[in-house]
Amino acid sequence: MAAGVATWLPFARAAAVGWLPLAKKTMPKPPVDNSSRSDEILYVNVSGVRFQTWKNTLDRYPDTLLGSSEKEFFYNEDTQEYFFDRDPEMFRHILNFYRTGKLHYPRHECIQAFDEELAFYGIVPEIIGDCCMEEYRDRKKENQERLAEDTEANEAMDAPLPPHSTPRERLWRAFENPHTSTMALVFYYVTGFFIAVSVIANVVETVPCRPLKGSVKDLPCGEKYQLAFFCMDTACVLIFTFEYLMRLFAAPSRCKFMRSVMSVIDVVAIMPYYIGLVMPENEDVSGAFVTLRVFRVFRIFKFSRHSQGLRILGYTLKSCASELGFLLFSLTMAIIIFATVMFYAEKGTKGSTFTSIPASFWYTIVTMTTLGYGDMVPNTIAGKIFGSICSLSGVLVIALPVPVIVSNFSRIYHQNQRADKMRAQQKVRLARIRMAKKGTTNAFLQYKEDRALGDRDSDSTALCVKNRSAFEHQHHHLLHCLEKTTNHEFTDEMTYSELCMTESVGFRTSRSTSLSSQQGAQNNSTGCCPRRARRRAAMRLANSTVSVSRGSVQELDTLHMKITAIPPQTRSSLNAQLEDLKLNCGEQDFSAAIISIPTPPANTPEESLPPSPAPIPGILRNTRATAYTHDKIKVSSL
Amino acid sequence: MGAVVGTLTMQTKQRRPSRDKLDDELELTIVCHRPEGLELLEAQTNFTKQELQILYRGFKNECPSGVVNEETFKQIYSQFFPHGDASMYAHYLFNAFDTSNNGAIKFKDFVMGMSLLLRGTLREKLEWTFHLYDINRDGYINREEMTEIVRAIYDMMGKYTYPALKGDVPQQHVDAFFQKMDKNKDGVVTLEEFVVACQEDETMMRSMQLFENVM
Repeated sequence: MAAGVATWLPFARAAAVGWLPLAKKTMPKPPVDNSSRSDEILYVNVSGVRFQTWKNTLDRYPDTLLGSSEKEFFYNEDTQEYFFDRDPEMFRHILNFYRTGKLHYPRHECIQAFDEELAFYGIVPEIIGDCCMEEYRDRKKENQERLAEDTEANEAMDAPLPPHSTPRERLWRAFENPHTSTMALVFYYVTGFFIAVSVIANVVETVPCRPLKGSVKDLPCGEKYQLAFFCMDTACVLIFTFEYLMRLFAAPSRCKFMRSVMSVIDVVAIMPYYIGLVMPENEDVSGAFVTLRVFRVFRIFKFSRHSQGLRILGYTLKSCASELGFLLFSLTMAIIIFATVMFYAEKGTKGSTFTSIPASFWYTIVTMTTLGYGDMVPNTIAGKIFGSICSLSGVLVIALPVPVIVSNFSRIYHQNQRADKMRAQQKVRLARIRMAKKGTTNAFLQYKEDRALGDRDSDSTALCVKNRSAFEHQHHHLLHCLEKTTNHEFTDEMTYSELCMTESVGFRTSRSTSLSSQQGAQNNSTGCCPRRARRRAAMRLANSTVSVSRGSVQELDTLHMKITAIPPQTRSSLNAQLEDLKLNCGEQDFSAAIISIPTPPANTPEESLPPSPAPIPGILRNTRATAYTHDKIKVSSL
Repeated sequence: MGAVVGTLTMQTKQRRPSRDKLDDELELTIVCHRPEGLELLEAQTNFTKQELQILYRGFKNECPSGVVNEETFKQIYSQFFPHGDASMYAHYLFNAFDTSNNGAIKFKDFVMGMSLLLRGTLREKLEWTFHLYDINRDGYINREEMTEIVRAIYDMMGKYTYPALKGDVPQQHVDAFFQKMDKNKDGVVTLEEFVVACQEDETMMRSMQLFENVM
């Protein structure tokens, strides 16, 4: 019930005293009203703007946020007010609804923002007053249409193919959207070319060519070079038939495809040829056959697959069907009226061309469209007067529906433009989203590296910690937990793809490794850390070249746990990573196989690798390098 | 041509008088009524200042012009009884509240009526009810008036009742009422007869007591 009615309820209940003398039974007990009857002022603070209202005002609508006990969740004890962190401008309208009972829609606000506010305060949009309801509905519909268009545009054409699509689906996509693959594009242009060739051939067929030897009459080229034109026609029809059959095969719903306009045009374009083949060379039938050849001109409509503008035009005409119908109807009415009038006006004159009313139709049409061929001209004065009225009214009648058609076309055209613009913008947006995602991944990897550093050196930890917010810390901790759960680690796309590529290469070209180490390494890799094995392999490849150049038997295997996204991915930094990880992981936490080269052992690592950025790990590396001799392999698995 | 222009001008001339009437109506509605002072009302009724304030705020919100006319009153009252037709009873109720008989209930009438019904003595309530039933204000309730009232009340029930309304239930109800109230069997009920009969009615006294705490 409306709020106003709630105000009158006590009055209606009081007036029920009037029924008491008539009542045959005792009245039921009234409900107990525990709430105090006194009214108080409530303070509502919306983002700093303080509103004050009576409690009763808010209680008018008990099924909204402000009218129910839900608002107690927002009560601030310290300031004795209700605090909402929302838009104060919108709140003004919400509060006015409580005060006046009518909800108004502010025209300058975004419709979605308004809807969100209403949803937050628990107010149903249907109660918007009549004054603003139409505007609200229009804006909402417009917004929904736009969103629907955008989602349609997104999922329709440029979406990547689903991974497991049948050849039939791929074929259909190639037909519908030629930009997806080169083959489709080629086919698209080839069919376009053949349509053009076919249409031009049809046209040129009828041009008069020089006559054959021995004859005087000019022949149309079609008859002179009959064989050539026939071959060209056959070729075109073959291509069209092939295309049509391919489309029919690939279509997801064959019935729907066969009923579509384009399919009908295709059929009509190729049928005359086949009918011509089938039909015998008969005198009686050839007349009908000639008319059938007219249908060959429908091939030009096949261009609408290639042209967006043609499609828009067709769509416009379809959507303006009612206006066009009105135009036709009113024109027909006017034609009949004026034809009759002109006929009777010119009936008496000798040699008048207005022989019958249908004959006058031609005059009326020519006059109303202001063509005025002059083959039929009125001679009497009455005829001339009515003729002039006819031409004036023709201008008016034709001019009326035209603006409607034009505005429809403009609207559809702009919608189309907007769809194209949206698609272009979407690509940019997706690229940005991808970069942002990469950023968070990189941040996480950075965090892991810093954590490793931090365990060793508390000073740098403090530095890193300061740069990250509490949110980021918790987020990274969460990702770390996931890593521990799944026993895999996050890495970035580049590293992953390059390691995938080098993996096969690495395994094949690595040589001069002791069998045991290789076996051990391989066991480790397949057992627990395939990714690490790959990286190891990559490093093996990288290092084996070094070791080979030195001619030493052993190779230096270094395992780096992960590659951070720090762009200069030098081998030094990679090695540094390894050291860090050795520091922060427990002994059983990582698998590493390190075989150090004995002769010039301590030198080679230093020489081959540029100085690492962190001094401590570098020193450690050296010590480690000397610690492990070539026959000692420390292998531990995760 | 002149005839065409003439007809066009004639049409505009005809439109003007109706527009004047509209302006007059607009002027009437802009005038609003203000009640007497708060202290005065407090003295005349049994409500406290706070209660009067609350009542007035609600009243003013619904009727910014300060008066309720019969149409609005009927609409409001009908919203409480959507099943049936409450217009007749609302009409009688309106007349009962409109003590000054000018076709509009002002805040003063409203609040005086409420005060009587909620905070008044038993006699006052019974007098008010008597005035409700006495449609023509002649001091007597006759059968026709009572039948009207009872029919109006049954109309509010609507068509779908249990048990179904068969026969002339209102008339039977009126007969029962007169049986009880009309002591001297002269076909009319006076105020005294009414008060005495009601005070004797146990059921009614119990119901009255329940209604003490409606507000």
